Amino acid sequence: MIAAGCDVGSLTTKVAITRDGSIIAHHIVETGFKPDLAAKNAMDGALSKANLSIDEVGYCVSTGDGGKNVSFAGKYVSQLLCLSKGSYFFIPSVRTVVDVGGNATRAISVGKEGRVLSYRLNDKCAAGGGRFFDVLAEALEVKLDDLGPLSQQSKSPLEIASQCTVFAESEVISLLNDGKDVVDIIAGVNQSIASRIASLVRNIGVKEDVVMTGGVAKNIGVIKSLEGWLGVGIKTVPADPQIVGAVGASLLAEKELQES
Amino acid sequence: MIVAGCDVGSLTAEAVIMSDGEILSSEIIGVRPKPEQSAKDVMDKALQKAHLALEDIDYCISTGYGRERIPFARDNISEISCHGKGAHWLIPSVRTVIDVGGQDCKVIRVDANGKLQNFIMNDKCAAGTGRFLEVMAKTLEIRLDEIGPLSLLARNPVVITSMCSIYAQTEVAASIAQGAGRHDLAAGITRAMAERVNSLVVRVGVEEDVVITGGVAKNTGVVKSLEVMLRVNTKKFTVDPQIVGALGGALFAKEKFLQK
Repeated sequence: MIAAGCDVGSLTTKVAITRDGSIIAHHIVETGFKPDLAAKNAMDGALSKANLSIDEVGYCVSTGDGGKNVSFAGKYVSQLLCLSKGSYFFIPSVRTVVDVGGNATRAISVGKEGRVLSYRLNDKCAAGGGRFFDVLAEALEVKLDDLGPLSQQSKSPLEIASQCTVFAESEVISLLNDGKDVVDIIAGVNQSIASRIASLVRNIGVKEDVVMTGGVAKNIGVIKSLEGWLGVGIKTVPADPQIVGAVGASLLAEKELQES
Repeated sequence: MIVAGCDVGSLTAEAVIMSDGEILSSEIIGVRPKPEQSAKDVMDKALQKAHLALEDIDYCISTGYGRERIPFARDNISEISCHGKGAHWLIPSVRTVIDVGGQDCKVIRVDANGKLQNFIMNDKCAAGTGRFLEVMAKTLEIRLDEIGPLSLLARNPVVITSMCSIYAQTEVAASIAQGAGRHDLAAGITRAMAERVNSLVVRVGVEEDVVITGGVAKNTGVVKSLEVMLRVNTKKFTVDPQIVGALGGALFAKEKFLQK
């Protein structure tokens, strides 16, 4: 039984293909301004990695902000449930999912078998989300993937006073102009974003195990800062943290096949 | 008796020199890296225009973001009081002052004597401040002062739903990709800007007469949209709306000098 999950996010689109409860391939592309095309490209990429054609996929579930119009999907499921199911698949002891994606940050309280008990969402303000890092990396002329490792070199993280991404960008530029060390600025930004994520997570109550997903889960600096703010250890999945929603969607697609 | 007010903001600095209840000269400059330098430069220009030297000024009050760092000012007063004072002197019937500056927005209620009654301020989030328009102008690749005139030619203003400047920027970029015209984009932006200012105004309530001060008062598109939302016609100044804070400073300087 082969199924697929397609997660069309604001910045990236992810497809995971599973067979009988194991992942056989995944593919990530940038969403751009044409979500339908991104979904198709992500699916084609994953199919080619798995040496499959679309006809061999029994069922596909779509999810994500732009996932409602995916032509090859049989059903749309909320991202919260997909993230929850995906996290539970990787780490069955999960009780809290912290998903920090491109345009939204979600804290999900997870119950039995990956059910969603409650959640908090910030998709109104870029502060505390992945977009903040894009803006920052550009301002600092540092690669997005280097932000985490660089922040770990800092001995005295600077305090970033601005909450707003636009104002923080200016603050970061003036810190640079004042001759401050880039690693201390990056560490300061990680701290400040982690504190905003932490206040969202505290709202639903922190229950271990806490699993972090989404692109920002690749930033070790944010994870460490968040562990500090929440006072608990944070786990990451043994796969690309960006595909957790797509994996959850694919597992839900398998369930649809079983029930049909 | 010659008095002066000096308003050092985040983007511009203004100086007003007054004598016997009349404005002798006023100047506006873009800010220098340090507030002290901005204050000195703008004051020098205003002095030159009035054929005066710094020694001729009997009393000077500073205001604005950099107000505590102006060496030649005898005292400093908050920009909220100064905008209220300046606006009331220019238009005595004013009861609501909406000041939209480079990186903040204030709504100030004054009584019949120009005394501060109540105010509300947003300096935490770029939405509803001049910075929002700057970010948008950059996205459209046009000059800041082109947005207003362009917006007046729109037929179908694009709808911008995000409050966050960063997310709104993404929305505008998507509209550009879909082929929206510059006029419609500009009108969407001025409307979005006005909505954000309006949401602050309704929190303190609006009482006529209403004036708009600060650089954004020069944006006809934003002013028109805001007038529609507030259901009032705003009063227009006979002087540049950006000098109102500095003018208020000069008026306070006169009072202080007379008290002495």
